[in-house]
Amino acid sequence: MQSEDSMNRAPLFLLYLNVLIIASCGLVYELLAGTLASYLLGDSVTQFSLVIGIYLSALGAGAWVSRFVDQRLARCFIEVELAVALIGGASAPVLFLAFSSVGAFRVVLYGIVFAIGTLVGLELPLLMRLLKDHLDFEDLVSRVLTFDYLGALFASLLFPMFCVPRLGLVRTSLLCGLLNAVVGLWGTYLLRPLLSSRGLSGLRGRACLVIGLLIVGIIKADSLTTLAEEHVLGEPIVHAESTPYQRIVLTRNTRGFQLFLNGHLQFNSVDEHRYHEALVHPALSSVKSPRRVLVLGGGDGLAVREILRYPSVESVTLVDLDPGMTSLADRFPPLAELSRSSLKDRRVTIINEDAFLWVGRDVGPSSSKASTAGPFENLPHEKFDTAIIDFPDPGTFSVGKLYSTRFYRMLRERLTAEAVISVQCTSPLVAPQSYWCIVKTLESSGFHVRPYHAAVPTFGEWGFVLASSSSPLPVKLSLSSELIGPSRFLTDNILNSLFDLPPDLARVEAEVNQLNNQVLVHYYDQEWGAMK
Amino acid sequence: MTLTRRELIVTLLGAPALFTSGCSASPRLPPAGELLGQSLEIGHRLRDGFRWPQPNADQWQDVGVVIVGGGVAGLSAAWRLQQNGCEDFVVLELESQPGGTSRSGRCELTPYPWGAHYLPVPLPHNHDLIRLLNEMGVVESVAEDGSPIIGEQFLCRDPDERVFVDGEWIEGLYPATGASEDDLAQLAAFRKEIDHWSAWRDAASRRAFSIPIRHATDDPEVLSLDKQSMAEWLRQHGWTSPRLHWLVDYSCRDDYGLTAEQTSAWAGVLYFAARLKEPGADHQPLMTWPAGNGRIVEHLASQAETRLKTGIAVTRIQSRQSRQRLGELRNDSPISGEIGYEVLAFNTASEQPIGFRAKSVIFAVPQFLAPRLIDGFAERTGRNAEQFEYGSWLVANVHLSRRPRESSFPLSWDNVIHDSRSLGYVVATHQSGNDHGPTVLTWYHPLCDDNAKAARQQLLKAKWSDLADVVLTDLERPHPEIRSLVTRLDVFRWGHAMIRPRPGFITSRQRREATQPDGRIHFANTDLSGIALFEEAFDHGLRAADEALASLTPNP
Repeated sequence: MQSEDSMNRAPLFLLYLNVLIIASCGLVYELLAGTLASYLLGDSVTQFSLVIGIYLSALGAGAWVSRFVDQRLARCFIEVELAVALIGGASAPVLFLAFSSVGAFRVVLYGIVFAIGTLVGLELPLLMRLLKDHLDFEDLVSRVLTFDYLGALFASLLFPMFCVPRLGLVRTSLLCGLLNAVVGLWGTYLLRPLLSSRGLSGLRGRACLVIGLLIVGIIKADSLTTLAEEHVLGEPIVHAESTPYQRIVLTRNTRGFQLFLNGHLQFNSVDEHRYHEALVHPALSSVKSPRRVLVLGGGDGLAVREILRYPSVESVTLVDLDPGMTSLADRFPPLAELSRSSLKDRRVTIINEDAFLWVGRDVGPSSSKASTAGPFENLPHEKFDTAIIDFPDPGTFSVGKLYSTRFYRMLRERLTAEAVISVQCTSPLVAPQSYWCIVKTLESSGFHVRPYHAAVPTFGEWGFVLASSSSPLPVKLSLSSELIGPSRFLTDNILNSLFDLPPDLARVEAEVNQLNNQVLVHYYDQEWGAMK
Repeated sequence: MTLTRRELIVTLLGAPALFTSGCSASPRLPPAGELLGQSLEIGHRLRDGFRWPQPNADQWQDVGVVIVGGGVAGLSAAWRLQQNGCEDFVVLELESQPGGTSRSGRCELTPYPWGAHYLPVPLPHNHDLIRLLNEMGVVESVAEDGSPIIGEQFLCRDPDERVFVDGEWIEGLYPATGASEDDLAQLAAFRKEIDHWSAWRDAASRRAFSIPIRHATDDPEVLSLDKQSMAEWLRQHGWTSPRLHWLVDYSCRDDYGLTAEQTSAWAGVLYFAARLKEPGADHQPLMTWPAGNGRIVEHLASQAETRLKTGIAVTRIQSRQSRQRLGELRNDSPISGEIGYEVLAFNTASEQPIGFRAKSVIFAVPQFLAPRLIDGFAERTGRNAEQFEYGSWLVANVHLSRRPRESSFPLSWDNVIHDSRSLGYVVATHQSGNDHGPTVLTWYHPLCDDNAKAARQQLLKAKWSDLADVVLTDLERPHPEIRSLVTRLDVFRWGHAMIRPRPGFITSRQRREATQPDGRIHFANTDLSGIALFEEAFDHGLRAADEALASLTPNP
C-alpha cells in the first residue's frame, strides 16, 4: 500500500463532487424503480414503500459488507463504482424488457433495487475510509454526509422536473450509469497514488468499456421502440408488448391509464365510460330483453362490462383478432379492475379470429347452401339479437374491409330479423366523409340507420351509428329498466340528445365502401392525415 | 448443358439479382417442395412416334362427341353441348386434373392458382360469358345496358396492385417514383391514344379491339398494327419514357409472355383498349378467386360430371375414310356407316388402351398437336401449325408461415417487382379477406427468350433446388427475410404455356385458317386467337361445340 503522504489536498473537493454524484445517481435509481413499479403494478403507495424499504436496507447491508474490505480500498471503490454504473444504468431498460411478465418483473425489480442499494451502501464507507487520513473525523463525517444529502435533494428535484419529462426513464437510467462510470474512471486518476500499478490499465480499460456500453445504450435508446413510443405518446409506458397482430402499449399518468394499439389511442380510463356507455346502451336498450349479443372487436372487455349489466343477456360472443388483447387484463391488473374482469364471465365466449373470416364462414352468395359443419361449428349459426361493433378506426385496408358492404351483408345473415346493432365510426367532426361513408355503407347493405354522437374528452366529438336489420328504429329511446348499476354518462334525456346532430356534423356526400374500392381507407387517410 | 446456380439466376432474373443472391454456393432452401409439370413422357412419346398398344374389342365405347383436352376450351365446349341438350360426349384430359393453364392447387389453408388467376368483368356484348358467370352465382344483377353487376366478394379486393421501386412498394402498377413531367405527359398521351382505340368503330359498328377477338373489326388500318412490335409502335408515337415502356413491357409479359419488343402492336394495344367500356373509363374491374381461374374450371368440370375423364392420353385420331383407304377395316368392324372417327387413347392410371368411336371430335388442345395426333391432317388440310409458337412459364407456389414484415404500401393482391424479369406474385389468401398469419404466394415468370424451344429445354433440365433458389432470390429483394418464412415451395414448369402473338401471326393465313374444321374435327383452343386469354378459349369452345352440333343435326 502507498502511504498517506501521496494524496494532496487539492483534489479533495473533487472527491466531494464525487459524493454528490454518487448520492444523486443512487437516489435516481431508487426513484426510477419506484416509478416503474407503481406504473406497472399499480398501487403507488405500496410500491414506493417497498422500493424505499428494500433500497435503504440494502444500503445498510452494503455498509456492513464494507468492513470485510480491508485491502486495496481505492481499487475496490472504483470497482464498486463501475458495478453501480452498469447495473443502475441498465436498470430501466432491463425493467422495461421484463414488463411482459408480471411475475418475473417483481423478481427483477427487487433484485435490481437490492443490488444497487448494496453497492451504493458500500461506496460511502469506502470513500470515508479513503479520506480518513486526510481529515479530522468530525470534518470528514460532516462534509461527506452534507454532500450525500445535498445530492439526494438535487436528484429528487431533477428527477420529476427534468429527467422524466425530458429524457424519459430509459435515458435517465443510462445517463446516471454513465455519470457513475465517469466517476469511476476519474477515480483512477484522483486516487492514483493509492492504486498499485499492477492491473491499473485493466481497471481503466474496464471503466472505458462500461462508459462505451452506456454511451452506445444512450445513442441506441432513440431507436428503442419503447422510447420512441414514450416520445410519441407523451406519457410514461407502463406495459408494452408486441403480438403477431399489433403493438399493445399502456401508458399511465396521474389521471389514469391509456391503451394504444399500433400507436392509436383506444381508450383513456378517465373517460372510457362515456365512450362505452354510448356504444353499448343505445343498441341494447333498443332490443327488448337482449339475449344473444355479438361483440366484434372490443377485446379490452369494456363494452362487455356494459353488456353484462343487462340481466336478460344469456350469452356474449366476442370476436377479436388478437389473443394478446383479450388476455391483456391477465397481465395488466388495472385493466381487469376497469373491465370488472368482464371477459372472465361465464356468459362470455371469446373467439380469436379475424371477424371478416368468422362472420363470413359458410355465408355464400346464396345462404341456402346446407351447412356441413360439425357440432362446434353450429355456434356461429345461432342468430344474434344485438351486435356491438367496436373495431379500430379504418386506417388500414385490413381494417377497412370490416366496414364494407360485403361485411355488413354477411353480418346481417348472423342477426335475427329484429336485431339492432351499433357501430363505432371515428370522429364525424374530424373525418366527416369517413363517418358518412360508414353510414351510407350500412344503408346500402340494407340496414335502417340512426347516426349519433357523444363527447368523449380524450377523443373529442365521437361518432356512432345505431342500425337495425329490418324494422325501423324507434324515434324515442329510453334506457332499459332492467339495467344493473348506475350509468355515469347516460340518462334517458342524454341518450336521446345523442341523436341530435349539430349543424357542424351534418351529412356530407360520400361513396359506399366496398371491398374492391376501399374508399373509406382513402377518406380516413386524407381526413386524419390533414389533422397531423 | 446444365446451368450453374449463378447462370440460372442471371438467365431467369437478370444480372442485378446476383447482388442480392450473394455468392453462397449453398443457399438456404425451403424445407419442402417438389417439381411439377405437364406429363412430359406421354407428350414426348407422341412426338417421337411411339407405337401405342391397340384397344381390344371390349375397350371400345361409342359416343357422339369426343372432346380432346379438358382445359378451358374443352370444358367450355362440353358446357355448350349440355346447354343445347347434348349429353352424349366425353372430355378426355391427359393430366390428373382438368383446367390446363387455369388449373389450381390446394393446401389446408387455401386453394391457389397454378396459372391464370383473374378474369376482367365482361362487357355487355359477351352474353355467353355473362351467362356462365351468372350460373356460378357471381352475377348479382344485370344493369340496363346489359353490364353484369358482380358480387363484391368476387371483384378483386382493394388494394389490388403495388410495385416495388427503389426499395419501396408504391400503390398501382405505374412506377411513379421519380417520374418527370415528361414521363407523366407521355403516360397521359398513351392513355389518350388507347381511349381513341377504345372509341373506334367500323362501318358495321364493330370495335377496333374486342374480346373475344372474333367480334373485332377486320379493317386494314387496325390490322396493320400487327406488322410492327408494340415497342416500335410506342417509339413511332415519340414515346420514349422508360417508365411507360416498362409499364407496357410488363403488360405484354404478363398477358402474352413476350416483351414489348416481341409482341405484335395489335395484341399490345388490344390488352389496353379492349377492356375499356368507353373512352376515359377505368379498365374493367377484375374478378378473382383464391384458386384463380381454377374456380371457373371447377364449375365447368362439375357440370361435365363423369363425362370428364382425366388421366387419358389421346394417342391418335383417325377417320373411318382414311382407315378404309388403308384397308384396315374388316367387314365385322365395329364402326358402323355413320360413325366418323376412332379416337385411340391410353389410360395412364391403368396403363390400358381405350378407344372411342365418335361421330364428331372437338380438338381442344394446342394446334401443334394436330399433326401429331390427327391421321392425315397435314395432307388433307395443308396445315402444319409451324407458325404456332409457344412460350414457357415458370410458376411457383411459395407457402409462408407468416406475412413478411413491411413498412411501405401494404401487401396487395398483385405484387410486382419493378426491375425483375419475373412478374412478381399474387397472394392466394387476399380475396378471402385473410390478412394475417400464413399465406401462399403464387410467383410467375414467363420465359421471353426469342428461341422458345431452347428456353423450354433449359427449363425442363433445371432441378427443383435451383428453381426454388431462383424464386427466393427474386422474392428476397423486397422481402429479405423470405427464406426464413418459407415452409414449402412447389415449382410448376409449363412447357407450352402460351401462344406467342409475335408481329404478323395474328393476321397470318395459317392462324386464320386453323379455325376451319377438318371434316367433323372441330378446333377449339385459345391459340387459334393468337393470344392466350380465358375469353378466347371459352369462345372457341362454344364455337366448336356449335359446329359439332350443327354437323350432327341432319339438314332438313
